[in-house]
Amino acid sequence: MSFSAFVFYVLAAILLVSAVRVVSARQPVHAALSLALAFFTMAALWIMLGAEFLGLALVVIYVGAVMVLFLFVLMMLDSRQNDCSPRWRRHLIPALLVGAVMLAELALLIVNGVKGKNALVENAATTENTRELGKLVFNHYWYSLELVAVLLLVGMVAAIVLTHRQSRFAKRQDPAEQIAVRRDDRLRVVSMPAATEAETAQPPRKERER
Amino acid sequence: MLALIPLLPLFAALFVGFFGRRAPRDLSHWVCCTAVGLSFVLSAIVLCEVVFVWPEIGTQAESVTLYTWLDLGSTQLTVGFLIDPLSALMMTVVTLVSFLVHVYTIGYMKDDPGYARFFAYIAFFTFSMLMLVMSNNFLQMFFGWEGVGLASYLLIGFWYTRPSATKAGMKAFLMNRVGDFGFIIGIGLLFATLGTLNFEEIFARADELQGLSVSLWPGGLEWSLLTVACIGLFVGAMGKSAQVPLHTWLPDSMEGPTPISALIHAATMVTAGIFMVARMSPVFEGSDTALSFIIIIGATTAISMALLGLVQNDIKRVVAYSTLSQLGYMTVALGASAYSMAIFHLMTHAFFKALLFLAAGSVIIALHHEQDMRKMGGLRRLMPVTYGTALIGAWALVGLPPFAGFFSKEPIIEAARFATVTGHHYAYWALTLGVFLTACYTFRMIFMVFHGAPRYGGSSHAHGASHETPKESPRVVTVPLVVLAVCSVLAGILFIKPMLIGDYFGTAIRGDYVAHPAVAVFHAEWRGILHYFLHAFLTPPLWLALAGIAAAWYFTLSAPTAAERLARQLGAVYGVLKNHFYVDAFYERVIVRGTHSVASWFVRGGEQFWSEGVLVQGTARLVQWGAQCLRYLQTGYLYHYAFAMVLGLLVLMTWWGMGR
Amino acid sequence: MPGLEPTLTHYLLLAAALLVISVVGIIANRRNVLVLLMAVELVLLAANLNFVAFSAHYGDLSGQVMTMFVLATVAVESAIGLALLILLFRRRGTIAVQTLSVLKG
Repeated sequence: MSFSAFVFYVLAAILLVSAVRVVSARQPVHAALSLALAFFTMAALWIMLGAEFLGLALVVIYVGAVMVLFLFVLMMLDSRQNDCSPRWRRHLIPALLVGAVMLAELALLIVNGVKGKNALVENAATTENTRELGKLVFNHYWYSLELVAVLLLVGMVAAIVLTHRQSRFAKRQDPAEQIAVRRDDRLRVVSMPAATEAETAQPPRKERER
Repeated sequence: MLALIPLLPLFAALFVGFFGRRAPRDLSHWVCCTAVGLSFVLSAIVLCEVVFVWPEIGTQAESVTLYTWLDLGSTQLTVGFLIDPLSALMMTVVTLVSFLVHVYTIGYMKDDPGYARFFAYIAFFTFSMLMLVMSNNFLQMFFGWEGVGLASYLLIGFWYTRPSATKAGMKAFLMNRVGDFGFIIGIGLLFATLGTLNFEEIFARADELQGLSVSLWPGGLEWSLLTVACIGLFVGAMGKSAQVPLHTWLPDSMEGPTPISALIHAATMVTAGIFMVARMSPVFEGSDTALSFIIIIGATTAISMALLGLVQNDIKRVVAYSTLSQLGYMTVALGASAYSMAIFHLMTHAFFKALLFLAAGSVIIALHHEQDMRKMGGLRRLMPVTYGTALIGAWALVGLPPFAGFFSKEPIIEAARFATVTGHHYAYWALTLGVFLTACYTFRMIFMVFHGAPRYGGSSHAHGASHETPKESPRVVTVPLVVLAVCSVLAGILFIKPMLIGDYFGTAIRGDYVAHPAVAVFHAEWRGILHYFLHAFLTPPLWLALAGIAAAWYFTLSAPTAAERLARQLGAVYGVLKNHFYVDAFYERVIVRGTHSVASWFVRGGEQFWSEGVLVQGTARLVQWGAQCLRYLQTGYLYHYAFAMVLGLLVLMTWWGMGR
Repeated sequence: MPGLEPTLTHYLLLAAALLVISVVGIIANRRNVLVLLMAVELVLLAANLNFVAFSAHYGDLSGQVMTMFVLATVAVESAIGLALLILLFRRRGTIAVQTLSVLKG
């Protein structure tokens, strides 16, 4: 067993353990941290496969940005709400059962499907990975790249629009309300006592002078 | 030109019906009277052609197809006319009476708000009736048949604000439906057997029907197909011509305006059944059973309706019952295979019965819509024209020589005597007795209305006291009366020879004179009009008629109290007559209520339980129940949906893995 | 059976295991929508691992390009998901999955 194989198994083990931690951790913060660990190991695996750019990008973007976002959100939410459900175990059993069957089938499919054509091409120009990727993306896939860029923009706008809270102090007009206004909303006719009564009543002297 | 005859009234009806309310009143009657008048002139031309031109060139009948309505491969549904002596005569009679009634209506309906509507209806009626008599196939005849039924319904219920009028209209319509059921069965049987609706083809192949049989229900008794078809057709005629037991609508139809009673319920529509049987004579000749059925029904109608006429006090109802009775006479003639006599009586009856109705109408307007004879009397001097014409009509109805009724009714009684089918003895005696009764009720009416002391203007009359004495009706009313009176006098004496003895009808009416010898015997004994006239004094009907007049005179004028005494003594009989033999009560109790209970059973069991409960609401409940079950799947929990998704994925994966 | 030396099969099996773990997490998790989102991240990570592994297998960089796009899409997804999560928390005061049953029939 070569060193790279050893590294692979170690990384795979860490990845699986951290994945299990993600879904089973009692504290969401633990889950988020485990997810970060999973991303790290995944990045290492990708680098082992010769995808250096992607591995680094994963670390930078996911561990650096997305996971931080998760942690921010976690901080904003009330963590007391997030206590564990007492019925966790009851649902775990069928879930595990289905998972086991699924894993077995997948393994069967993979092992039967790949059948010998197993070799991973050791990418000779691993150092050129980023350059090659860039050439491919900006030559061949530039249209898709633009689309993804737009998608990111849309996602950004959507996230802002969704979470943007109307300021309580903002003043603005509502044309619909303005048009819908009626006379009774603006004017109130009050019936006053007749003038003769006002004369008979004796107001205080001071006011009369005024 | 032929097409114009029915179409002119139709166009007039449509024009007046759609625009009459906005147009001036005068326009309504001008349009309709002109159209129907032209129609009459054209019909008369056709009749002249048939009478004078055809014998020379040897034509017997002319069948034209105007328009193929529906082409069903081997069968063609067409609109066409069959012109032969029979239809030519009917066309002329229908348009003449219709024209006179149109003119009369101008006076009678003068103040009615539905003036234009009325004209539209009667013009439409004229159209339908012409379609009926001119048709050359069953389908068109049925169309006309239903058209006149519709017109009748509309006109009986013309004063639709009166509940009794609308009820009477409904009743007429429903009773006719019963008859039409039989009619349709008859048509359907003939069509199913011969595969054609065309009259001439049916007549040509009528012999094929002999010996065929049909079972009315699967595995049931085998009936002669011809008999079933003929009885079916005759049941239709019974409905339209108001024969016992489908007669009850006709007296009630007197709720309609009087011109309608004259035109539809005396002269033309009710005779459609008679016409139809005469038209179908080649078919009916084949079935003795059907003829026997016809003669018995006719005789029963003739005698029983005459009895009822005796106890009526409403002037129009007396005439209505006499119409029923006379229709019975015609039916007996049909049953005796004396079709020409039936048509002859139909024609004379159209004249004198329309005359009587219009005279009655004239009296009714003069007395401001008073119809009770007990509140009339003594109108002889005040309304001389009406009196004179009514008297002529009465004489004709009673059958005094030389008026028309004599020449047409006498032969029918003779025919009943010489007929051979089962029941002709009964028919003969019924008709003979009927003559006496006819004279009785007719002259009871004449005496009560025109003779004796005036009884109108009494305090019981709502607005009578302040009214001036009744006066003669205007010219538009009296002129038709006079024309009809002239017809009533002359029609018999002029036309008996060509119609009964000569071969005016040619092949239009085909009787089997060997099997049914009534007409042949009549021919053999014919010695000329004068002889026939004198012969009358040797036969019972004339004396019976005179006796009837005398009895009427005795009970109404000479000894008015005698009638009441008699009524009291024969209380039971009087009660039965007053209640129209309890036929209406029977229908009400048994048929209407029976239908009601069956219907309500169906409503509860079929409609409310099965249709609504099981089918309609059951569907909804099933869907609801299914949804109730399915909604347990919709927990709303994300993880359940995810679980379902994963399960689905699993199944898909397994299936895919198996396939490899 | 695959040998000890890591091959395509190993990577695919690893991705499958990752997928199964996260799916089990999605199904079994009753507490926190946030954890659900993280599990979804894991699912997509497993998919990405497949992409990269096949890319290495065929020596074709297109797989890595796809991974890049998927990464971008997942970033957008988690951003919007988190925004919705915040909205949800504002509305209902909780983000426990078992309380979210408005769709219940």
